[in-house]
Amino acid sequence: MCLAIPGKIVELDAQNKHLAVVDVVGVRRKVDLGLLQDDSPAVGDWVLIHVGFAMSKISEADAADQMRTLMMLGESEAAMQEVRGYGLEHEEQQSPGSKVQQ
Amino acid sequence: MKYVDEFRAPELIAKAGEEIRRLADPARHYRIMEVCGGHTHAIYRFGLKDLLPDNVELIHGPGCPVCVLPMGRIDDGLSLAANPNFIFTAFGDMMRVPGTHGSPLEYKARGTDVRIVYSPADALKLARNNPDKHVMFFAIGFETTAPSTALTLMRAKAEGLRNFSVFCNHVTIIPAIRAILDSPDMRIDGFVGPGHVSTVIGCRPYHWISTDEGKPVVVSGFEPLDILQSIVMLLRQLRRNEAVVENQYKRVVPWEGNKAALRVMNEVFELRPYFEWRGLGFISQSALKIRASYAQWDAEQRFTVPGVRVTDPKAAQCGEVLKGVLKPSQCKLFGRECTPEQPVGALMVSSEGSCAAYYNYQHLKPVTITSDMAL
Repeated sequence: MCLAIPGKIVELDAQNKHLAVVDVVGVRRKVDLGLLQDDSPAVGDWVLIHVGFAMSKISEADAADQMRTLMMLGESEAAMQEVRGYGLEHEEQQSPGSKVQQ
Repeated sequence: MKYVDEFRAPELIAKAGEEIRRLADPARHYRIMEVCGGHTHAIYRFGLKDLLPDNVELIHGPGCPVCVLPMGRIDDGLSLAANPNFIFTAFGDMMRVPGTHGSPLEYKARGTDVRIVYSPADALKLARNNPDKHVMFFAIGFETTAPSTALTLMRAKAEGLRNFSVFCNHVTIIPAIRAILDSPDMRIDGFVGPGHVSTVIGCRPYHWISTDEGKPVVVSGFEPLDILQSIVMLLRQLRRNEAVVENQYKRVVPWEGNKAALRVMNEVFELRPYFEWRGLGFISQSALKIRASYAQWDAEQRFTVPGVRVTDPKAAQCGEVLKGVLKPSQCKLFGRECTPEQPVGALMVSSEGSCAAYYNYQHLKPVTITSDMAL
């Protein structure tokens, strides 16, 4: 939960201006940019993500540093699990028929 | 043995270790608190204690949100989840935290609709997808996660989504530090300040610790080198009889914090008059409550909550460990009744809890930097 995950902004959402697609080591998910409204990031910028929200803009070098920190701390798998889970994708994968069962 | 290979710049780490030994006055015993659970985790994982002289002691602070949440709050949240129309959502860290009648995961096994979300925005999405259900997000965390919860509530309000609420347990770090400094059995010489909380609040809120209490604070990153450098910076100040706030983690933490995040928090939250912390008791103005203008989305204002107060299992000494009075291994249950697989207390659940960190890494004896590196 307190993981800070580095991601690169690859696409801004045309409909919802506060949403963007980020790439975290090849996994692409939507995150919320609303907490960076004073200094909105653009495509190509790197951000640190906490629980699905971009919290700070960082340099590419710092993003690489941060990813290495996560690896050193043994948290990179937890971080990737978190990113993959954004957008409830884990729910849809785990229980595709859950709505029917309920 | 293998961890040391993964260290960045091992020669700098060895240097920092030497510098710490040089700066530490052998006639003194230094007690340095790392406030943040992320630092606690890193310190255990890398065996940083072994790089410090015996008279530089690290005290683990209260910065693990799962750990400081009293059991009564979990019981209160889960009591609402018993409603068949409810979906209880929380971060994965919460799922194995014991309540009086079981953890959220055990409730799920008994049929309660409990789901892990990785973002409060996804709890909101779940509410959109399930208009006939009520989705409650059990929110925990310091200022690192509080802005995300706040912005999610603003989005819910803007959408007029009525089947969503937040059970808010957000806490703030500064009053916890104050409580520790006010505690008569604690003597702390300086603080390794939290990294990611400071991304939001900046470095100014720590000023009183240096000016009023005369203790140095160094906001720190999470790599072994970051933490050791922060200890060097603290010892330098102590040696010069100085007390100021310094920022070691400049690459991520701006001095002023994130003003947009602070505005969002202020729009949605106000301070609670008091809040109970596990181990630290009731601390005034130490937690956030949802403002009346968002009452519709506040589970506590919208539903009847029992307001349970539960004392921790008697034998567990979570409180003493949280305050830094006991080391994890000094608790009677540590490693026997209480393990990460079968946690009795919350400090054994979260990877940021000092008991889990200590348990997971105690068997790994990292290389003390001696033979080939320091020479």
